[in-house]
Amino acid sequence: MDSVTIINALVSGLLTGLVYGLSALGLSVIFGVIRIVNFAHGELMVLGMYLALMLFRWFGLDPLWSVPIGAAALFVVGYALQHFVVRRVAYLPDHMQFLLLAGIAIMLVSGCLVVFGPDAQGVQLPYALDSFAIGSLIIDKVRLYAALAAIAVASALLLFFKYSSTGRAIRACADNYLGAKVVGLNVDRLYALTFGIGAACIGAAGCIILLLVQVHPYLAPAYTLLAFVVVIVGGMGSLFGALLGGILIGVSEEMASVVLQPSLKTAFSFGLLIVVLLLRPQGLLGRVVR
Amino acid sequence: MTTTKSNRRGAAIGRRKVMAGAAAGAVAAVVPLRLGRAQAQKLKIGAILPRSGIQANFGQDSVRGIELAMEVLPGKGYAAVEVVHADNETKVDVGRAQAEKLIDQGCNLIFGCYDSGITAAVAQVCEQKSIPLVVNVAAAPQITDGRFKTVFRNFPTGPMIASDAFLLQKEVYGIAGKAPSSAVMLHANDTFGSTQKDASVRLIERFGMPYKFTDVISYDPTTRDLSAEVRKAKSTNAELVWIITRLNDAIMIVQEMVKQRWEPMGIVSTGPGPYDDPFLKQLGKLSDDIINMVPWFDPNKAMSKLMIAAWDKKFPDRTLNTSVSHSFEATLIALDAHKRAGSAEPAKLLEALRTTNIADNVTVGPAITFNANGQNEKTRNSAIQNRGGKLVSVAPASAAVAKPIWPMRAWNAR
Repeated sequence: MDSVTIINALVSGLLTGLVYGLSALGLSVIFGVIRIVNFAHGELMVLGMYLALMLFRWFGLDPLWSVPIGAAALFVVGYALQHFVVRRVAYLPDHMQFLLLAGIAIMLVSGCLVVFGPDAQGVQLPYALDSFAIGSLIIDKVRLYAALAAIAVASALLLFFKYSSTGRAIRACADNYLGAKVVGLNVDRLYALTFGIGAACIGAAGCIILLLVQVHPYLAPAYTLLAFVVVIVGGMGSLFGALLGGILIGVSEEMASVVLQPSLKTAFSFGLLIVVLLLRPQGLLGRVVR
Repeated sequence: MTTTKSNRRGAAIGRRKVMAGAAAGAVAAVVPLRLGRAQAQKLKIGAILPRSGIQANFGQDSVRGIELAMEVLPGKGYAAVEVVHADNETKVDVGRAQAEKLIDQGCNLIFGCYDSGITAAVAQVCEQKSIPLVVNVAAAPQITDGRFKTVFRNFPTGPMIASDAFLLQKEVYGIAGKAPSSAVMLHANDTFGSTQKDASVRLIERFGMPYKFTDVISYDPTTRDLSAEVRKAKSTNAELVWIITRLNDAIMIVQEMVKQRWEPMGIVSTGPGPYDDPFLKQLGKLSDDIINMVPWFDPNKAMSKLMIAAWDKKFPDRTLNTSVSHSFEATLIALDAHKRAGSAEPAKLLEALRTTNIADNVTVGPAITFNANGQNEKTRNSAIQNRGGKLVSVAPASAAVAKPIWPMRAWNAR
């Protein structure tokens, strides 16, 4: 294998990994604060993809410009989901919460099937097949734009949690639920906001991923699984961990494809997951929960 | 007396009633039997095809082929039949369940199933229930290797497709005067793709091709991304790219080749995808010059001309392809067996299918006949080149309408 191919694969894996990381960020945000594992993660992302698809078809809007709209729409969906449904089962055992969200996931898939049909649909952009060449390094333009958009969204999220008062309040809830209540924070509202923000991330990721992948209702479980792998590798609840996990999975899949066999790439990412679980169960940047 | 008369009348009426009842009973006993027989005479075909899932496009084209046959064939003296459609969702378990359901619903013959894995599963059900299965499209050799006695396939096996592909390539390279010296294969790792890959790799030496495979790369046809696969293939610097695809993966491969600025001498395909409408429409000029070495129809045959005319009238915006022509012809086989059997009873249909001999057909090759395993060994393939959204037959010479463009043109010179 020549070095040019390896370098191209590394760059492509890095760009793909950033998009993977963004798609997993929403899962990590929701789990990190509310401690709910969102089994409807992929389905919410597919909703975001369909929204971007419709905006493209109706108004010719580039999915990159649909990101704020997708994020806002999914924020409303996430907020409502937490406020009207998830909050009411928060006292139930974990497995019952999982089942609730798995049920919502199935309903979303069925709804998408009814509305959009089973077939794969995508967008045709004028720059879809363009690439940048720097010497023998070739960078896919769409993948680069998607990765830059992923960095922008992730940065906005990190800044929000670090510098805004609402973001700090949400982090306080995540750190100490009882303490947050004692100091008078409206935890229910903050939880709903958190679920909304997590869903907004997922919606933004959906819009961006539509640049790379055609959408169909059955796509969702694959993305749910991918997000789980990414956040478990990176560390459940860690935002940087989600990005790092995404990059690691993206790069390792790409390298496994060019060095070994492409059909082994998924097996390779799950192998990485097993290694991380055995050696560092809390994930690379996760904290040990005692 | 009155009582007696009344009694007598009553008795007489009673006898009449008894007679009438007996007559009615006899009629009732006979008529339903006749109706039942009449119903049984009408062939009820259960068509199991992928109407959704990753092969939905092929399944929908196959349904169009059946519809076309139902329009054209009554004019050729074949009786109309009832077709019950079922979606196998591109899933083996669903296909099997649909076969059982359709047979329970009274279908006398099963038709399908486009996908080799699904067809093999449905063949098991048909074998258990002694119901004929007429295969429209499916290439896995094991379907007609002798294990099933109720399967009839008018579609070449993987090794037949590979063998024809080698011969057709030689013909194309001979006409063009330029042959590749190395090749890389990208193939879907489903039943169809794997069996075709195995056959191609095994048979290449026998045909004395001017190239060797530098790498054989398999991938999941449901994958979201093929950039790594194409990158690996590009790193071999092979002059020929041989693809065995479904639809979306075929589109992704060409898109990635363009993005990665890879321009080999040419692309040949021995699977579906590159000749399908979504491929042609989505890729536009980029879909040009790919050569499909696949089962096809002979445009010069009389029945083909009828089929093409009916297609152009019914589906003017769509391209007639393998899924259509082979579903058309599989319907012809079913109707022909029904006509010769004079019955829709599965046992008689099976008997008629075994002695099939249809010269007035559409596909390349001589008359349709089946060997003891239910395989038409004489059906042949064509080399079809994509040209400006059209599919042009370039080889074999007997079925060609144009000369091939080879090597393929640069991506940005189209």
